[in-house]
Amino acid sequence: MDLMTSLMPASAEIFLLIMTCVILIADLLIKQSDRLATYVLVQFTLLSCALITVGTHENGVVYAFNNMFVDDLMADVLKLLTFLAVSMMLVYSRQYLIVRGLFSGEFMVLALFATLGMMVMISANHFLTLYLGLEVLSLSLYAMVALQRDSAVATEAAMKYFILGALASGLLLYGMSMLYGATGSLELGAVSNAIQSGAADKNLLVFGLVFVVSGLAFKLGVVPFHMWVPDVYHGAPTAMTMLIGSAPKLAAFAFVSRILVEGLQPLVQHWSGMLIILAVASMALGNFTAIAQTNLKRMFAYSTIAHMGFLLLGLLSGGIEGYGSAMFYAVVYVLMSLGAFGMIMLLSREGFEADNLDDFKGLNQRSPWLAFLMLLLMFSMAGVPPTVGFYAKFSVLNAVIQAGHLWLAVVAVLLSLIGAFYYLRIVKLMYFDAPESHAPIAAGSDTVLLMSVNGLGVLLLGLLPGALMSVCAVSVQQSLLLH
Amino acid sequence: MIFGLPIISVAIWLPIVFGILVLATGGDKNAPLARIIALVGSVLGFLVTIPLYTGFAHDTSEMQFVELHNWIARFNIHYHLGVDGISVLFILLTAFFTPIVVLAGWQVIEKRVAQYMASFLIMSGIMIGVFAALDAILFYVFWEAMLIPMFLIIGVWGGQNRVYAAVKFFLYTLLGSLLMLVALIYLYNQSGGSFAILDFHKTAIPMTAQILIFIAFFFAFAVKVPMFPVHTWLPDAHVEAPTGGSVILAAIMLKVGAYGFLRFSMPIVPDASHQLAGAMIALSLIAVVYIGLVALMQSDMKKLVAYSSISHMGFVTLGFFIFNAYGMEGALLQMISHGFVSGALFLCIGVLYDRMHSRNIADYGGVANTMPVFAAFFMLFAMANSGLPGTSGFVGEFMVILGAVKANFWYAFAAATTLIFGAAYTLWMYKRVIFGAVANHHVAELTDLTLREKVIFAILALTVLGMGLYPLPFSEIMHVSVNDLLVHVARSKLP
Repeated sequence: MDLMTSLMPASAEIFLLIMTCVILIADLLIKQSDRLATYVLVQFTLLSCALITVGTHENGVVYAFNNMFVDDLMADVLKLLTFLAVSMMLVYSRQYLIVRGLFSGEFMVLALFATLGMMVMISANHFLTLYLGLEVLSLSLYAMVALQRDSAVATEAAMKYFILGALASGLLLYGMSMLYGATGSLELGAVSNAIQSGAADKNLLVFGLVFVVSGLAFKLGVVPFHMWVPDVYHGAPTAMTMLIGSAPKLAAFAFVSRILVEGLQPLVQHWSGMLIILAVASMALGNFTAIAQTNLKRMFAYSTIAHMGFLLLGLLSGGIEGYGSAMFYAVVYVLMSLGAFGMIMLLSREGFEADNLDDFKGLNQRSPWLAFLMLLLMFSMAGVPPTVGFYAKFSVLNAVIQAGHLWLAVVAVLLSLIGAFYYLRIVKLMYFDAPESHAPIAAGSDTVLLMSVNGLGVLLLGLLPGALMSVCAVSVQQSLLLH
Repeated sequence: MIFGLPIISVAIWLPIVFGILVLATGGDKNAPLARIIALVGSVLGFLVTIPLYTGFAHDTSEMQFVELHNWIARFNIHYHLGVDGISVLFILLTAFFTPIVVLAGWQVIEKRVAQYMASFLIMSGIMIGVFAALDAILFYVFWEAMLIPMFLIIGVWGGQNRVYAAVKFFLYTLLGSLLMLVALIYLYNQSGGSFAILDFHKTAIPMTAQILIFIAFFFAFAVKVPMFPVHTWLPDAHVEAPTGGSVILAAIMLKVGAYGFLRFSMPIVPDASHQLAGAMIALSLIAVVYIGLVALMQSDMKKLVAYSSISHMGFVTLGFFIFNAYGMEGALLQMISHGFVSGALFLCIGVLYDRMHSRNIADYGGVANTMPVFAAFFMLFAMANSGLPGTSGFVGEFMVILGAVKANFWYAFAAATTLIFGAAYTLWMYKRVIFGAVANHHVAELTDLTLREKVIFAILALTVLGMGLYPLPFSEIMHVSVNDLLVHVARSKLP
């Protein structure tokens, strides 16, 4: 295969890498007062990447670099959504970062590197590419969390994130090496074939699988590998929390489904059992512990754990229904979590973080419109129609029931009932209580506009969820199940 | 069709659009405008539902005014609306009560008027959607969406303990709904990939599954009705809700639960319904007798009427699960009558509460001296609540008892005690509040009804009397549908 045909499917990644390097250098020449120029350049880069991704899209599945890299519909859809999420993150956090003196070139370059890592994860078809993407993403995130050097909490969070993240990477690599030992290949398709043929050593495979699943669980932040999530979410500046809590979930979905579904499908009986335990434990612990939180970012951290548990339910159910619903769930979750963290940043101002539950008291009196948007986001997270969060839960439940796990569906709805309580509490604070502060909300019109689009999007997608559902189902069908 | 528009969709979306309009035009800063837009919207909302009654064909149990559009193609979910003889009256009832609650909150609500009015308008549209939905997911969406405005209504404009009541209300009903969702998805897979309620009616289901589905539905609907022993949210919610909220809760929202039994439980799992009818009847009779006694002991007027509602709704579920035409038609009439009567009683209590800021029976006495017109209206509604012949309350209760006699004498015997208990708690409360010497100087300073209040009560009084003296317009419309449902329920659906 000649080089050019290999480069074509990865052209968006290559463009992003070049532009990131260019921005890194160009930023040195830009004065702090003109930092907006970097910001515009970054947004432009993301937009261009999106256009390139659309432009180079080809029907069917295209492999490149000796099958290390794959470009298919699912990859393209997830990449587009990743660009969107990162770009929204930048809009939401601009003001927040400026006020805190963090609006620097490094932040934006690291965000772009993280995006590159996610893109590689999404398109990986080889254990090494997967690992490469994961590390590019993780290292950028560690650095971003630590960016606020004078904050002890942030530094502590970065440290925890780094050590536990390194441990998880180690587990993952160890598992991958066992799988390599058993199958003699690192390429997902070849691994799958080798297991299928029955020649591989079963014990070694299952051992490897356990390590791989543990590593994945660490990265997803599901129980019992969740300990880093609350501390990192809480400690990191909210802009970084937003980045960690949004787009990487899309990449993580791709990552997990590529490894488990494409690579280890023949071992489905083994890993789906493990996922059941992880999912139920996450939903239970996440939802119960979230109730006890007074810090909003910590609460969302536990809520993320619960949501990831729900996402795993979709994955373990299998088939178009299962994988499609998990992808839909990931997309919807990213949309909601962008809105929720966006709201925290929107209400924050110089020297004040609106990340305590009490900071939302009486929001309806201070700004009915923002309170309404937050209400939509919270009901969506709780899975109450007519918001899109309901359809995410609905499609996962449908997949679970079709797979014959009726009891699992009942457990899942009972646990999400508990989850509803703490989302409801935020609505209660906003609408039923009197405000504690009457400080004007100092948000720029761009963030408010984006917030409105985000919040109403949750409602509109809830009224007409069909298109997005179909997109997810078709991408999964064309990508994960075709081969 | 009116002016080429589908009636049911207009009935659902018109109030919702007006609700948004209320919020958009100045919001809470411009309260007078908000009130007027809300009134116009709610009256229009009622007017557009009238063709549903006048154009309704009485001789068929088929769905009428059907609207069918694709909605979520991937799951074969449709925007599917229609009415039959069972649902049409509830749509009218819902639309009828919206202008009344708007008027009832006209002066009393001073805090965030626009949001209050908008909540009720949006709520009205959603509830009509619940009654008209023929697709299970569409039904579920309306059913759950109903919780959001009601949660806000109780929590924002309610009494002292409003937060507790609102959260309890929300979580209680959500629990039932989520189990129902699991049942609906199971049925979707059983019926070969359709969410149409009418397809569910035809799907064969094995007995164990039927029982489980019945239980899931039971949680959803029994909580809303509410049946003993999942009724405890209702007194809390009622007591804390503002008057308008109580009216909507009692008049419409409780009916949604009972309607669910007719539309889902009984036709979808008839064998389980028969199997578990004994338990349902037992729970209904406990509600009738025991909750009736509980009502007797209440010192808070709103709580008393709330418990009376539970007791009356016990009558309704009793009427359903004795599986005969008298029982079912009686139960439906009882639902409509109870809508008018309990709504009117809550409005009466609201009138007193607005003036005295107390719901305690002990704080009153001799109100007849200062508010004679009010006392007369209150008398009529109290009588209707105790089932006096000539009022609407009598028709339904009488028919249910008649049906119960056919099923089993002792059912009827236990049910008939409600005529005694009902009269006892209602009239005793009435006596303590209205008659006797003027209790204190607050009562002495009371002013009688304003014109606005007189209009509201006059409309309700006419309806209650009209329905009691001449119930035919109400019963004839449901006749064919009820008989058809009974025939359907009598057939086994075991595979």
